Amino acid sequence: MVRFERFTLENGLRVLVHEDDTTPMAVLNILYDVGARDENPAQTGFAHLFEHLMFGGSVNIPSYDEPLQRVGGENNAFTSNDITNYYITLPADNLETAFWLESDRMLSLAFSEKSLEVQRNVVCEEFKQRYLNQPYGDVWLKLRPLVYQKHPYRWATIGKELSHIEDAKIEDVKAFFKKHYNPQNAIMVVGGNIKLADVKKLCEKWFGPIPSGEKYHRNLPVEPAQTEAISETIYADVPLNAIYKVFKMPGKGDENYAAIDLISDILSQGKSSRLYRNLVKDQQLFSDIKAYNYGSLDTGMFVIEAKPNENVSIATAEEAIWKELESLKTDFVSEEELTKVKNKLESVLEFSEMSLLDKAMNLAFYELMGDADMLNHEAELYLKVSQQQIREQANELFSSEKATTLYYLAQTND
Amino acid sequence: MIDRKNPPASKAIEKVDFIKVKKHQLSNHIPVFVVNAGEQELVRIEFIFGNVNWDAAKPLLASATNTMLNDGTSNLSGAQIAAQIDYYGAFFQTEYAYDHSSVTLFTLNKHLQSTLPLVKEILTASNFPQKELDNFINNQKQKLKVSLEKNDFLAKRKFNEVLFGDTLYGYTAEETDFDALQQEDLVKYFAQAYQPKNCTILVAGKVGDDVLYTLESLFGSWNSEYPFTPNAFDFKINEEKLYFKDRPNAIQSAIRIGIPSINRKHPDFPGLQVLNTLLGGYFGSRLMNNIREDKGYTYGIGSANASLQQSGYFVIASEVGADVCDATLTEIAKEINILKTDLVPDEELQLVKNYLMGSLLGSLENAFSHADKFKNLYFYGLDYDYYDRYITTIKNISAAELLNLANKYLDFDNFYKVIVGKK
Repeated sequence: MVRFERFTLENGLRVLVHEDDTTPMAVLNILYDVGARDENPAQTGFAHLFEHLMFGGSVNIPSYDEPLQRVGGENNAFTSNDITNYYITLPADNLETAFWLESDRMLSLAFSEKSLEVQRNVVCEEFKQRYLNQPYGDVWLKLRPLVYQKHPYRWATIGKELSHIEDAKIEDVKAFFKKHYNPQNAIMVVGGNIKLADVKKLCEKWFGPIPSGEKYHRNLPVEPAQTEAISETIYADVPLNAIYKVFKMPGKGDENYAAIDLISDILSQGKSSRLYRNLVKDQQLFSDIKAYNYGSLDTGMFVIEAKPNENVSIATAEEAIWKELESLKTDFVSEEELTKVKNKLESVLEFSEMSLLDKAMNLAFYELMGDADMLNHEAELYLKVSQQQIREQANELFSSEKATTLYYLAQTND
Repeated sequence: MIDRKNPPASKAIEKVDFIKVKKHQLSNHIPVFVVNAGEQELVRIEFIFGNVNWDAAKPLLASATNTMLNDGTSNLSGAQIAAQIDYYGAFFQTEYAYDHSSVTLFTLNKHLQSTLPLVKEILTASNFPQKELDNFINNQKQKLKVSLEKNDFLAKRKFNEVLFGDTLYGYTAEETDFDALQQEDLVKYFAQAYQPKNCTILVAGKVGDDVLYTLESLFGSWNSEYPFTPNAFDFKINEEKLYFKDRPNAIQSAIRIGIPSINRKHPDFPGLQVLNTLLGGYFGSRLMNNIREDKGYTYGIGSANASLQQSGYFVIASEVGADVCDATLTEIAKEINILKTDLVPDEELQLVKNYLMGSLLGSLENAFSHADKFKNLYFYGLDYDYYDRYITTIKNISAAELLNLANKYLDFDNFYKVIVGKK
């Protein structure tokens, strides 16, 4: 149970406060309701590049990191296709420093040309390190545009290509800030060894004077239902063949999300899971296989990622994967297997409450989805999933005409 | 109007509270250390065993034995073990590290009576079935093939090898080493390494008397004694300092450079931690400021002084654009040289001191992290007063002392330099 209080400032900033006196630390987490899905298709990777620029100095404070480190704090951030999330952890005694820093960059950035130039390079190196210079590193750059025809999930957060980042201009940075970075588009969570009354005062003092800005109204194209199987084969300089199979699934807010999430657990959570047990251990067809979903807010991806053993043909591998999926469509999962994945989930939720930062991030994300209190009722949603529902959802998900498959094959030299 | 130009008042961290372990002992003398804290009804129980009987001809024995611990016992198949662990929502982890091999159970307290007996089964009756071993060998070889395509992996392997040769710290696994694994060797290693005399138990979480009682009833009468030799290594000094592996299609080069160094037992270690932080140990470090934030050569660069029971090493690692690899090395040399010749300015030193204190405070988040701090001490024969010394050093170390440490430990010309990619 993660207890919290909630209030909204006049400028529209939503604030959640979670008191936890078991730690001497405090955390200040700000979620901005903007992700790669909100980018212009001709300027992909911009939300993430912008995240880097948020550390390049704000209107009154030339350096963001340094004053924070000086009071014993640390910070970081991440960008996803859905959101951009910034967080600070620091000794609770020095909480006001976090308010000073975060409020100033919500007020306005310094928009330094030097910072833009350097961060363009840094992000290009990140692009190379994580996506280009790794075996299979570019798989999502190839797969997303196959899976999505309309929705902006068709590009990765890093962007479609290096040139989109290289071409970013300071005017674009300013416009992006104006559009997305204001109190109305943000959710702040303050947690740790702090008191609600103090946090309220600090909020009024530092964030209260920030103009509310314009509310961004998201209006993204809806991804049409897939009616034809899509597949593509690429050959690359990798040591092993790999298969990536993607089925579209409803977003995280959907009533069937919990059932689908449990399907991925049945297939792939732990060493007793079906894919591992049947295909890696018993039939020994794969050296590695897993199923997972992205937990996206809009139409998401249910993914099966597999590396067949060297003596196994792609056709055999493919057939074995389908056999596991078909079994979920025709047979009821046993009561025991369903209880198993529910127990595991309960355990995961309990363990995740050990981390103050995780609690703060989760509160912010659920508040974005509509109500932070959903975090405290997540387990119930999973516990009430029935055997019938698992079978129904497997039938919704796994049909050949809704599959997108990428065969990422090892180039042979002969 | 509020003052947005100047930072609000802040406080220095005066006090860091450690939750110290309580020591217990089972009837067969296995030491049990307990950190009892937290609100969640769960525990983490670690069974830690020293690595023993190092044999360079069979380098994968200890790691294979550890990884295969959940693949079957004389009474239960791997599938049955996994089914039960998963059914009770528990997590079972095996970890093989330079000095220790461990088996860790994460469980909700309400399922402890069902999950802990499985750990006993694994620790006392694992039998490494041939079929599972064949499967393990196949899968690990496949994984190795993928890893060998990664520049940072190649650089790390080479670096360890040149520093530590064919000891456990330095060996590099080849596919043929996997093929050479024999079931009988695993069974033997299991008997020698996984026995009460070589075992330490560390429990963290909400630990009631029932947890200790269950540990005693399951493990207190565990008896098995096989002769074993704790690992002891002789390190040969490599004369060759420079290693370059050309990867024709690389668009980035992996850099890993460094030198054998002191470990936590040495009185200079806390001071060297401060020096390392300045150079490359945090986001605002000199290397990050220069090579990422000023030049944009890399996504990240960092340094560390790692502690091993029988050695230690200082390392700087990064992946940089292939065209700026040489320029990066020049900048690293420059930064190290400055540490040796110029006193660290007061303002920067104070920042690093405050940062390290905050970082220490923040690293004590929950029962697990307090237990981890204890591990840093116990296996080096240190007590909690190490952290008193560490804190005193952070607060009091002077720029002159740091300059001396830089001259004593950061001998750039004698650094081993490994580059994989393009130069």
